[in-house]
Amino acid sequence: MDFEFSEEQLAIRDTIRELVQDKVAPRAAEIDEKAEYPKDIEQLFAANGILGIPFPEQYGGISGSSVTICMGIEEIAKACATSSLILAVQALGSYPILVAGSEEQKKRLCPPLASGEKVAAYALSETGSGSDAAAMKTRAKRYGDEYILNGTKQFITHGSIAGTLVVFAQTDPDADHRGISAFVLEREKSPWGAPKLEHKLGIRGSPTAQLVFEDVHVPVANRLGDEGAGFKIALAVLDRSRPGIGAQALGIAEGAFDYALNYAKERSQFGQAIANFQGIQFMFADMATQIEASRNLVYRAATKVDTKAPDLTKIAAMAKLFASDMAMRVTTDCVQVLGGYGYISEYPVERMMRDAKITQIYEGTNQIQRVVIARSLLR
Amino acid sequence: MDLDLSPEHQAFRASVREIAEAVVLPNAEEVDREHRFPEESVRAAAEAGLLGILIPQEYGGAGLDALAFTVCIEELARACASTSVIVDVHTSVGSEPILLFGTEEQKRKWLPRLAAGEMLGAFALTEPSSGSDAASLKATARRTGGDYVLNGTKVFITNIGHAGLYIVFARTGPDERAAGVSAFIVPAEAQGVRVGQVFRKMGLNGSPTGELVLEDVVVPAENRLAADGQGFTVAMRALDSGRIGISGQAMGIAQAALEQSRDVLMERPRQQGDDFTLADMATRVESARLLAYEAAWLCSNKRPFTRKASMAKLHCTDTAMAVALDALQLAGEEGAISGSPFERHVRDAKALQIYEGSNQVQRVVISRDLLKSR
Repeated sequence: MDFEFSEEQLAIRDTIRELVQDKVAPRAAEIDEKAEYPKDIEQLFAANGILGIPFPEQYGGISGSSVTICMGIEEIAKACATSSLILAVQALGSYPILVAGSEEQKKRLCPPLASGEKVAAYALSETGSGSDAAAMKTRAKRYGDEYILNGTKQFITHGSIAGTLVVFAQTDPDADHRGISAFVLEREKSPWGAPKLEHKLGIRGSPTAQLVFEDVHVPVANRLGDEGAGFKIALAVLDRSRPGIGAQALGIAEGAFDYALNYAKERSQFGQAIANFQGIQFMFADMATQIEASRNLVYRAATKVDTKAPDLTKIAAMAKLFASDMAMRVTTDCVQVLGGYGYISEYPVERMMRDAKITQIYEGTNQIQRVVIARSLLR
Repeated sequence: MDLDLSPEHQAFRASVREIAEAVVLPNAEEVDREHRFPEESVRAAAEAGLLGILIPQEYGGAGLDALAFTVCIEELARACASTSVIVDVHTSVGSEPILLFGTEEQKRKWLPRLAAGEMLGAFALTEPSSGSDAASLKATARRTGGDYVLNGTKVFITNIGHAGLYIVFARTGPDERAAGVSAFIVPAEAQGVRVGQVFRKMGLNGSPTGELVLEDVVVPAENRLAADGQGFTVAMRALDSGRIGISGQAMGIAQAALEQSRDVLMERPRQQGDDFTLADMATRVESARLLAYEAAWLCSNKRPFTRKASMAKLHCTDTAMAVALDALQLAGEEGAISGSPFERHVRDAKALQIYEGSNQVQRVVISRDLLKSR
């Protein structure tokens, strides 16, 4: 066993931590208030190689390790959950290519993503097909060397700004989930529409889009894996991305925890710091314990991604479930520690509480995680 | 034992629900989105006599009891949490101190206008450095002849800018803790009364919350409520029954979330995990509501109710938060989109664990009462 990060990972973490403190943290409140995508933060991450983390060196990246990806997401999410999605969704949208792409596809599609020249996104959910992905209605019909896509996707993070979009669509509607295939859409060749952005409770700077595909042409060369392999690819990708959502939840919780702890040491009531009161101390003790337990589970899941462990599916679901539930509790308690000040937008913890909620919902609701866990236990 | 509401209380609930569903509910989403004070809802409440529920008929009110008040706030909150807190603060901590501690003259002067909704009441105790530790407040009221001159800054004041009077707590005596505090009725139009910063909050966006700045505000001595040095007693008694109202507010939010969750589940394939969550939510709501009503019933019957009111506030608001979060979880991503009632309930519910005495303060009140020597 080894609970330590490698020297190389620690060096990457220090770089990210410094960037986050200097450039991201000061922007977080404004990004939330204006609900605007922080293009400047994306460019900052691109310029500093952070968007290359999800990719191995041979595809223009710097790592490709899930542990490193999670570390990066965690560090960024401590200050700004919206900004952490820039890395998390770059990984999510690239995993299908890395997991199921041919060598030619990886060499062709990954470098512009690794350099940050393009943003990736992942389009699986539809209005009638959230937790039940197999019920999707988007169709892809083959005509010679290309497919023509029609349909609508819902709740697609970064779907409106992506240059590279992985879309799942039915190529054989009679075959149920065995009829789903995965495609890579490059915006310049296969443009899609994003008519509607959602206003949300949290992660407000991160555009969540409805995407519309009307006769979108995609070359056969951009199909990932075989026809009908899409559902397997989607599940394999979610196994790999869920630890990242766990890491995001972890970072949000830590950000709120650190802020509330400092506040409790400085806020004086009844002639002393409120941190002196046992009721407050016990809250912090419980929060810190939950954070530690989550951290170990998240990184255990990440190591299982990196080692392609057979029980990855179960542990990844556990990490996502446990860390996101933890983040919701911890951020809610952190607002409580700050009292009235916690409830107003001049202080960051109410934003963190709003941001935490989505981690219980996206990349498979926590109900779905329980289904996944129970299924792997009972198999 | 009879744990049903009386026919009168049931009829009253039905009448409030009618107004809430006709006037309050249709605007709830827009009030939240636009951060707009719900004028029309407050006016409808006034016209229905809901702003004078606790005020006796001789002073122009309805003369109903604490249980009716709780039911009223619950029904309003089921429609719109912002509207409910405006009415709650007005009715309990913003008016009741005059009813409980006022002289006959003070009652005749202020209560009819409060009961009719000609003016809203508000309660100004908290200060930037004095939250849970209310006895450490710093605002001063200096006696000069027949007047007091008030100075200080109050913070997190509900109904800020819309209230016609503020019940203000300020230091009149040399004692540095509770014994040096007195209570005052301060008209909003008094010279030197100013609205400071109005806060942008996570929820309750239709209910304005902000700073009340007092700069050499002169009020006649006849505006002092209760004896010199009795202010803290006034504040604590006001908060005791105020907490019952907040319990009702919590139950209204929880009830709305519960009903909306049921609607969502009815429309999709049944899953046992979801069904169990709904069962847990409903069970929590039932238990919490009974505690709220018991506290209200004790208060209505002039029995000691301080500990029960704190328990109700603690349990009901924690329940509302848990139920609101569960409801949003059941609704999934569509519940997290702005305009969905589910995400609003979560944002609104959080405030209830904080105001009218944070839930930490409630635990202090409860444990102190349990541990006092008899």
